[in-house]
Amino acid sequence: MASFLLNRLIQSVILLALVSVIGFAVLHLAPGGPLSQFALIPGMTQEQLAHIAHEMGLDRPLPLQYWEWVSRLVTGDWGHSYRDNQPVLAIISGRLPATFELMLTAIALAVLLGVTVGVLGAVRRGSIFDSLATVGAMVALSIPTFWFGLIVIYIFAVKLGWLPAGSRSTVGDGSFSDYFRHLIAPAVVLALVEVAIWSRYMRGAMLDVISQDFIRTARAKGLSEKSVMLRHAFRNALLPMIELAGLELPTLLGGALVTETVFTWPGMGRLFLDSLGYRDYPVVMGILMVSAVLVLIGSLFADILSAAADPRIRL
Amino acid sequence: MGAPEIATAVLDVRNLSVAFATHTGPVAAVHDVSFTVAPGETLALVGESGSGKSVTSLAVMRLTPPAPRTRLDGQALFRSRDGTVRDLLAVPERAMRALRGNEIAMIFQEPMTSLNPVQRVGDQIAEAVMTHRPVGRREALDRAEHLLARVGISDARRRLAAFPHHLSGGMRQRVMIAMALACDPALLIADEPTTALDVTVQAQILELLQDLQRETGMAIVFITHNLGVVAEIADRVMVMYAGRIVEQGEVGPVMRAPLMPYTQGLLRAVPTLTVSDGFVPLTSIPGTVPSPTALPPGCAFEPRCPYALPGLCDATTPPLDDAFDGQQVRCLRWDAVAALEARP
Ligand SMILES: Nc1ncnc2c1ncn2[C@@H]1O[C@H](COP(=O)(O)OP(=O)(O)O)[C@@H](O)[C@H]1O
Ligand code: SF4
Ligand SMILES: [Mg+2]
Repeated sequence: MASFLLNRLIQSVILLALVSVIGFAVLHLAPGGPLSQFALIPGMTQEQLAHIAHEMGLDRPLPLQYWEWVSRLVTGDWGHSYRDNQPVLAIISGRLPATFELMLTAIALAVLLGVTVGVLGAVRRGSIFDSLATVGAMVALSIPTFWFGLIVIYIFAVKLGWLPAGSRSTVGDGSFSDYFRHLIAPAVVLALVEVAIWSRYMRGAMLDVISQDFIRTARAKGLSEKSVMLRHAFRNALLPMIELAGLELPTLLGGALVTETVFTWPGMGRLFLDSLGYRDYPVVMGILMVSAVLVLIGSLFADILSAAADPRIRL
Repeated sequence: MGAPEIATAVLDVRNLSVAFATHTGPVAAVHDVSFTVAPGETLALVGESGSGKSVTSLAVMRLTPPAPRTRLDGQALFRSRDGTVRDLLAVPERAMRALRGNEIAMIFQEPMTSLNPVQRVGDQIAEAVMTHRPVGRREALDRAEHLLARVGISDARRRLAAFPHHLSGGMRQRVMIAMALACDPALLIADEPTTALDVTVQAQILELLQDLQRETGMAIVFITHNLGVVAEIADRVMVMYAGRIVEQGEVGPVMRAPLMPYTQGLLRAVPTLTVSDGFVPLTSIPGTVPSPTALPPGCAFEPRCPYALPGLCDATTPPLDDAFDGQQVRCLRWDAVAALEARP
């Protein structure tokens, strides 16, 4: 266990270093830059721009810029936003609760619904329910998240007026029900793709287990079909799903980015797109690193959980 | 139905046919199979892979895929502990469940995959006990420990907590046997229980089954493709080919003088040890068992049979004939074949 954790730590550090280098390079080599925002200010001269660039350190060689950024990062100084000069860490941690709220709700929905639909589909393989679930998943997987989000807003906010069209709460109303009403639409939109993915994987995992010899053994014992499915098949089919949960985290983060933007949700994903638009490099890089750390923690957690649930796995 | 006469047999299978529904139509995997097993008796079910042995046993357990996908015909009369006789193919699923793992138990070929990989073996055995007896987990685990000791697993108390992957193949098969014995079944169906094991372990498991049978008086249906095993364990033998019985009788006569060319071929395929040169090379029967979807006309064994007579064997379907001493054979030329085989 100790050597496993040490290994993972080393791997994680290497991965984070790679992510930071690639992220930094792509960001700085992409056309346009933070200066283009200043260039829009009326009366801005070329000299003033050069001066600003020098102040921001943008005129130095890229590797040097990277090195300075990284050496501050590891000491906890993540720099300041180009936009409002706030500390990056403070900006991001201010946005994290909203993102977590959305993601955790979506995960809960995806796991509950996806697992249920997948298990029922496998147990009643070939039934009308199974066919509908299969078609439903295909449709869900082929609908772009932003488009689905807009449709949901159009129907439930604009046409029916049942739900708010965006943001996390009504200004001046801090009640739970107000938060909840705001959460429903974005959580459902973000969960849709995940429900589809989870139900497909769950169905496959379940069918895989059902065809195995020990299921026949369980039936030969005289167990009811319900016990066979729950105690033997389901328990085993859940094991690969833990791994899936770890692997799905990046997809979920990507989905959150789109969903937050469509629903003007004040989370990290929307902050990312905003900051990207402004070429607010410190914030963009900060979010990149936080996301990478989240993904790594997620997969570590999945591995530990797998080992706890499966006696054949030893860390 | 009334109370059918099954004399002393614990299981009396009559005219069992099993057909699977496939996209190309029904496939008759087992056709018109009849046999009986008496308490304390071992019936060996022999045949190459694909001849319908597993399907026959699974049909008796009603573990073939459910109704529209499988069609079961015939009867499988089973005598319960309380003396009642019921047709296993006709009882409601609930009643069948009460018998499975209780009065009729089954063990399988692959001890490596037949146990739940994430459940402790003690719990797997205890589950079989608790399913059929009004006992709590503690008591069921005590019985599981007792059963493990009885199938020859040392340090049984500690082994209760083992997971299947901690055990060797032979040990796992012992666990399977312990699980099968959980409720003192009157009938044990063993589907190639030693095929996946190496020779020494195989011999130990056979011996264990014989010991247990002597102790409990249970009937055993022992499925194998190896006639060598049959001589050791069985009282009677039933040879299957392409879903049909092709020869059956007492082990002695059948092994000494098999009448069906197929049985003769199987016997020649058994490795025998001779003093001079170790193992005699085995001569397996050329060709394979025909698929139930593509049975040849006439005798199903005709394409592989050294005694096949063109015009006869490929035209007439042989019936199951009574030969001597209760031995039955499905061959149009069995008397001629017997005469030819008798010559050195
Ligand atoms: N569920 C099923 N659906 C269709 N065909 C099957 C099914 N189970 C077995 N069969 C076919 O029945 C035949 C007999 O199989 P089986 O009883 O397993 O042979 P064996 O004697 O090796 O145990 C084989 O041709 C097999 O392909
Ligand atoms: S009937 Fe003919 S082909 Fe079939 S086993 Fe007998 S001799 Fe061989
Ligand atoms: Mg078989």
